[in-house]
Amino acid sequence: MGEPRQPPADAQHGEHAANHDPYLAHHFDTPEQQFDSVKLGMWIFLTTEILLFSGLFCAYAVFRANHPEVFEWGHRYLDVTLGGINTVVLICSSLTMAWSVRAAQLGQQRLLKICLAATLIGGCAFLGIKYVEYKHKWEAGLLWAGQYNPTHGLDAAGEAGLHGPAPEAAANPAPQGAAPDAAGVAPAAGTAAPAAAGQAGTTPGATRPAEGPLPPAESVDGVQIERTLNPPPGEAPTGLRLDSRAGVPHLMPAEAPRQLWWFFGIYFLMTGLHGIHVIGGLGAISWLLARSFKGTFGPAYYIPVDLVGLYWHLVDVIWIFLFPLLYLIH
Amino acid sequence: MSDLTTHTGHTPQAEPVANYLSHARGLRSWLFTLDHKRIGVMYLVSVLASFLLGGILALLVRTELLTPQHTVMGADTYNIVFTLHGATMIFLFIIPGVPGSIGNFVLPMMLGAKDVAFPRLNLASYYMWLIGAVFTLIAIAMGGVDTGWTFYTPYSTTTNSAVIPVVVGVFIIGFSSIFTGINFIVSIHKLRAPGMGWFNMPLMLWALYATSIIQVLATPVLGITLLLLIAERVLQVGIFTPAYGGDPVLFQHFFWFYSHPAVYIMILPAFGIISEIIPVFSRKHIFGYKAIAYSSIAISVLSFLVWGHHMFVSGQSPLANAIFSALTFAVAIPSAVKVFNWTATMYKGSISLATPMVYALGFLFLFAIGGLTGLFLGTLSVNVHLTDTYFVVAHFHYVMFGGTVMAFLAAIHYWWPKMFGRMYNQLAGQIGALLIFVGFNATFFPQFVMGSQGLPRRYYNYPEEFEIFNVFSTLGAYLTAVGFLLVAGMLIHSLFRGRPAPANPWGAETLEWKTPSPPTPENFESPPTAGDPYDYSRLAYEPEIGGYVEVPARTGEVA
Repeated sequence: MGEPRQPPADAQHGEHAANHDPYLAHHFDTPEQQFDSVKLGMWIFLTTEILLFSGLFCAYAVFRANHPEVFEWGHRYLDVTLGGINTVVLICSSLTMAWSVRAAQLGQQRLLKICLAATLIGGCAFLGIKYVEYKHKWEAGLLWAGQYNPTHGLDAAGEAGLHGPAPEAAANPAPQGAAPDAAGVAPAAGTAAPAAAGQAGTTPGATRPAEGPLPPAESVDGVQIERTLNPPPGEAPTGLRLDSRAGVPHLMPAEAPRQLWWFFGIYFLMTGLHGIHVIGGLGAISWLLARSFKGTFGPAYYIPVDLVGLYWHLVDVIWIFLFPLLYLIH
Repeated sequence: MSDLTTHTGHTPQAEPVANYLSHARGLRSWLFTLDHKRIGVMYLVSVLASFLLGGILALLVRTELLTPQHTVMGADTYNIVFTLHGATMIFLFIIPGVPGSIGNFVLPMMLGAKDVAFPRLNLASYYMWLIGAVFTLIAIAMGGVDTGWTFYTPYSTTTNSAVIPVVVGVFIIGFSSIFTGINFIVSIHKLRAPGMGWFNMPLMLWALYATSIIQVLATPVLGITLLLLIAERVLQVGIFTPAYGGDPVLFQHFFWFYSHPAVYIMILPAFGIISEIIPVFSRKHIFGYKAIAYSSIAISVLSFLVWGHHMFVSGQSPLANAIFSALTFAVAIPSAVKVFNWTATMYKGSISLATPMVYALGFLFLFAIGGLTGLFLGTLSVNVHLTDTYFVVAHFHYVMFGGTVMAFLAAIHYWWPKMFGRMYNQLAGQIGALLIFVGFNATFFPQFVMGSQGLPRRYYNYPEEFEIFNVFSTLGAYLTAVGFLLVAGMLIHSLFRGRPAPANPWGAETLEWKTPSPPTPENFESPPTAGDPYDYSRLAYEPEIGGYVEVPARTGEVA
């Protein structure tokens, strides 16, 4: 319902313009009209993409609201370092993509090719890192319900090199310290957040006397390693200990919740669908690169670069939502 | 093909102009066409073929229900047949039907444009539909699917029937719907003729715009739902399957978040058609233009807020039920605004009962029944009694068939001369309309009675006390089929023997009637300017050409 009244530009000029501009489709009057139309169409398409993901975000919200402990447990199997690197990689590729749009607009052919290639490399790097992460989950049997089979045992999975060469002790507590504000995460944590901020992950129960005493902090040392894969019950953040709506104490189980597969099901669905979109984007960028070697793009015609750029930014933005929702739960 | 170049330069007043049907020949010129009119015709043929398939399946269902026990097929076959009837009619026929065929054909011309904004996307949309239809046929070949068209979990994740091909097909058809929606929104925003502000648009465009909003915003949610369903079946993701602690009602929420708005994808274009036809055949300016326009948008907004009324008995919280019930009632307001405005348009009009108008009147009657029974179902207490009974079946058939299909038929009869350049026999058309109207009511009115007496839908057998209603219903279905055969025969006959159509046979003022019938490949020889689409004062009937002409000269574009 955007603009109230905007009759298309008068057609008389357009008839002549159509004969000159090879990129102007016959049914548009002016290049401006074509550009605006194409841009509007792309934005609508991006809206549909967001709505496609919205179903998964809804599923995430529903399951997380109903079973916070599953997510609290599940996220510890994800490698924040790799996820963080991937986030940076994607953001950088978004930068190079935006840059390539600029280069196309200014007719800087060499820069355009460099930027598109850099974007392509960034996207491939993202997928490569994702592959490493998936491979680990696969080997550890940390999969969706039908395939959920943590045969290596939870501890074994950790020792089997969850993070490969990465220092695991440093990698996993990272979210605990890096995202101290638990307010938005668990329903019950809202009031406790300020107090918990300073001591997140260690003695969260202090702000919630109603739940009874927490295990003392003596386990902290052990936790640094153990928490990576198998946190002891007392270590759950405060918000997860009490189902505030039911008012029933909801202690973290001693072992991983049986239905940890929900987390991995949603994890694979969300990152998988996102990965498919990355692959699609890489295809589009390769096509742009191929065409840019023919010198197709320039100040007169850069619509495809612009559109693929928008799409790539959307893929980036979706990841920026996925990363905290999956990796940085606290 | 060489005729393509004749559209510019000289004035094509007298010389015979190549039309969009004749300017290029051969199969390839159709399969790879980017012309919205040809794509519209391809859609028309395809959705009507689907309608035929769905109709045959419907007749099979009705035949089986002729007797309380086994009649012609076994219970498992019956499940498959009614599922395929529903899936075919919904996904292959009625959702793409009006926007894909009629919408594609008339929207650019109503805008005064040469084509939709993205012709290639438009063609892609058609092929997406076709691929989806092929998947559905594959599913039929694999033994069909027996879940009901809603694919409710957990049954859809456990049954052995061919759920996946159908779901994949519907997923692909979703793209077709989205592409059409994007095309229409952008076209309406950017391609309006000079002088056509938002409130000079024909109401059909408002309706298609509202439809497109829903197509664009709701269809992706169906897409992800179906992907999740496929993932659930193939991988056992555990989101919907109770065995893994999943939540089947979540599937219902997802499904109806699309499928309720989809109901308005089906009915909104019908509203647009009726808004065009009633003023033309009443020779009177549409009453309450803005109210009709805004009510289309209001319906498309409200459509997103009422999905929960499909789950009143699925364990939803009482508060949610109450809210969804209230919002459901709210839909009645814009719907009634339209009906009242159409009625007011006819008031003191000079009504002619040409075939399109007969269908439009039938629409008013049937849609009113369908809409009002919707209020019964939206009422919580009554809903508990009526859920999953034949009352529901009758209700949505009154809306979908009595509403959308009647309007679709009205549109086919209304734009037929423009599409194919031929007039059809009015008397045969009117008789066909009457047969369908009577047959339809005979089919579905008894189902209201059966439903209110508690007969559940989708049952294979039923107590004998319902036999009389079912026999009546089945005979009504046969009568409807006869009506359709008559209409089909009459229309096909007109293609070969019909009188050539004048440019403006009905005396309409919207821009598509200012081109020859059938239109030239680029629609308009010179860019048209838009005025009031419902001001008929400048048109006069010209008996010589059997159509209307503008009073200040300008005669006979097509003689």
